[in-house]
Amino acid sequence: MSATIPRRVRDAHRKSQRGAEESPWVRRILIGLCAAFLLLFLCLPLINVFVQAFSKGVSAYFSSLTHPDTLAAMRLTLTVALITVPLNVIFGLAAAWCVAKFEFRGKALLTTLIDLPFSVSPVVAGLIYVVLFGLQGYLGPWLQDRELQIIFAVPGIVLATLFVTFPFVARELIPVMQATGTEQEQAAMTLGASGWKTFWHVTLPSVKWGLLYGIILCNARTMGEFGAVSVVSGHITGKTDTLPLRVEKLYNEYQAAAAFGVASLLALLALVTLVIKTYLEWKQHAQLAEAQSAPEDSLSDPSNTRA
Amino acid sequence: MSISLVNVSKRFGDVNAVSGVNFSVQDGELVALLGPSGGGKTTVLRMIAGLEMPTDGDILIRGQRVNNLPVQQRNIGFVFQNYALFKTMSVFDNIAFGLKIKKWKRADIDARVTELVDLFDLRGLEKRFPHQLSGGQRQRIAIARALAPKPGVLLLDEPFGAVDAKIRQELREWLVRLHHDLNVTTVFVTHDQEEAMEVSNRIVIFSRGRLEQIGTPREVYEQPANEFVARFIGVMNVLEATVQQGQARAGELAFPAHGVADGTQMRIGFRPYAVAVSIDLTQYAYQATLRHTYFLGILLRVEFELPSGLIVRGRMTKEEYASLGLEDGREVSLQIKNYRILARDDAALGTEVPLTPPPRPHIAENI
Repeated sequence: MSATIPRRVRDAHRKSQRGAEESPWVRRILIGLCAAFLLLFLCLPLINVFVQAFSKGVSAYFSSLTHPDTLAAMRLTLTVALITVPLNVIFGLAAAWCVAKFEFRGKALLTTLIDLPFSVSPVVAGLIYVVLFGLQGYLGPWLQDRELQIIFAVPGIVLATLFVTFPFVARELIPVMQATGTEQEQAAMTLGASGWKTFWHVTLPSVKWGLLYGIILCNARTMGEFGAVSVVSGHITGKTDTLPLRVEKLYNEYQAAAAFGVASLLALLALVTLVIKTYLEWKQHAQLAEAQSAPEDSLSDPSNTRA
Repeated sequence: MSISLVNVSKRFGDVNAVSGVNFSVQDGELVALLGPSGGGKTTVLRMIAGLEMPTDGDILIRGQRVNNLPVQQRNIGFVFQNYALFKTMSVFDNIAFGLKIKKWKRADIDARVTELVDLFDLRGLEKRFPHQLSGGQRQRIAIARALAPKPGVLLLDEPFGAVDAKIRQELREWLVRLHHDLNVTTVFVTHDQEEAMEVSNRIVIFSRGRLEQIGTPREVYEQPANEFVARFIGVMNVLEATVQQGQARAGELAFPAHGVADGTQMRIGFRPYAVAVSIDLTQYAYQATLRHTYFLGILLRVEFELPSGLIVRGRMTKEEYASLGLEDGREVSLQIKNYRILARDDAALGTEVPLTPPPRPHIAENI
């Protein structure tokens, strides 16, 4: 939802600006700079990931992916995503709902807190949990007495990932919900709908695309998170290694081809995410453009013929 | 379905939005809640609907106290100012929503929606979405949606506020017809006194959270309960006058005030139709110049300036204007036939007092 200006408006704006446009040379240089930068720092490395992955042949590539430890990392990453994304959807909906639909004291503070994970280094996020739940941490001894392990285990990885990814859904939904307002929900209630039915039939459909968009971004970050997870996971091969941690470990063990093989999975995930994200954005724009281009007055109004 | 409000108050924080309001709406009535914005009328409407809880007092529907009855169970239809149509649903689904919630049978829903679509002239639009419709169409869909589950009372918040002037006039007439046909108890909020006068059986007038008067359009126009109502309903000339030797004077104009102490301040009001005009400069007491004529259709608004600079607004038909041979700049004589003491150093509102000569029949008093 980065640029929600409908195309029609954008085009009109462009036309009106034509007289004051920069000279073609400035434009070409700027576009050239951008393209060169993207090529050098994004496209080439991405292509290189796949080149390196296949450097020892196709069969080596697939055997590196089917290595038991790599398969364990895949399972763990999917498990973490399956826990984290739904939790963040629930949290995001709840947070966006209360920020967009209610007025209360401390609302500005809550909005700032939602953004906190964006501004905190993921490593710090991981350390917070080590300090809290680690053996030397505040709650460590209490947890140990009950034989609950959080740090260097899956719960710690889930917690750290939750922390890092919780703004994605909420941030996408807040502007959409604010724009929709509360009147449609009130209308549903006057028609007899309960709170749950109102949410299901009225609120959710109106934020559908924004929600999907948030989920896609949240999922991509969940699967790709390295810093915070690295601090809390303990790097136990086959047990607490997620895919990004597996890549690092393979690389450090001088298995470059295998490392790039696993990395290519993450790169593919990124590309798929990008395609879905673009589709969702396009879908949202199409809906908005449709709403804006609807002829307000050209439709015949039957009430005109009655009086 | 009859509605009663007993001593109803509503506070938002420190603000008294509504204070101690009492009134009743009879079964089948069409009632306007009228007042300037911020007067508390929308809050009253939302309390009847159950969208707001009263801080004090009781709301009765059919004699039953409904304070604790949630909005879903009050059996009301509510039309929001901006219609609040469900943007993600087609026209059909919008109208059918309340019926689906109430678990009507599929065939019954189809029949009811078709009936409303016919009644509201919406044929052919069933598959459209709200953003593909004109303002007038959206409003009719909002009313159709509210009426679909056959509510006992229809509540409308500024129903004509969001459409342009021409359609507004048609919608008013349409609402009156609709109310006549369906005979459902209807309460609507408006800040437009003309709209309230034209559409409703009775008007409830609010100002700053208080109920100022309740009555038929004729009653509130002819017998305003207080200065606020007198000034809010219809156009009125208002003069600040000072009593000198038994006469309240404002510029050249003098009104009898026998037995009132010299120096007492009075506020005097008179309707534009109470101004009698003659081109015979000796016929009436005051000389004035016709400053400006405003053409309003069948009626003209005329502005006279007295030598002191005092402006008096009058109103006359095109025929009167022509037979008097008036034009801007013309010298005339005039007289105030009826007036009302609006306030006398905080004393109560006076009744309308005729001055000689006796008043002629009223013309077009609602305008």
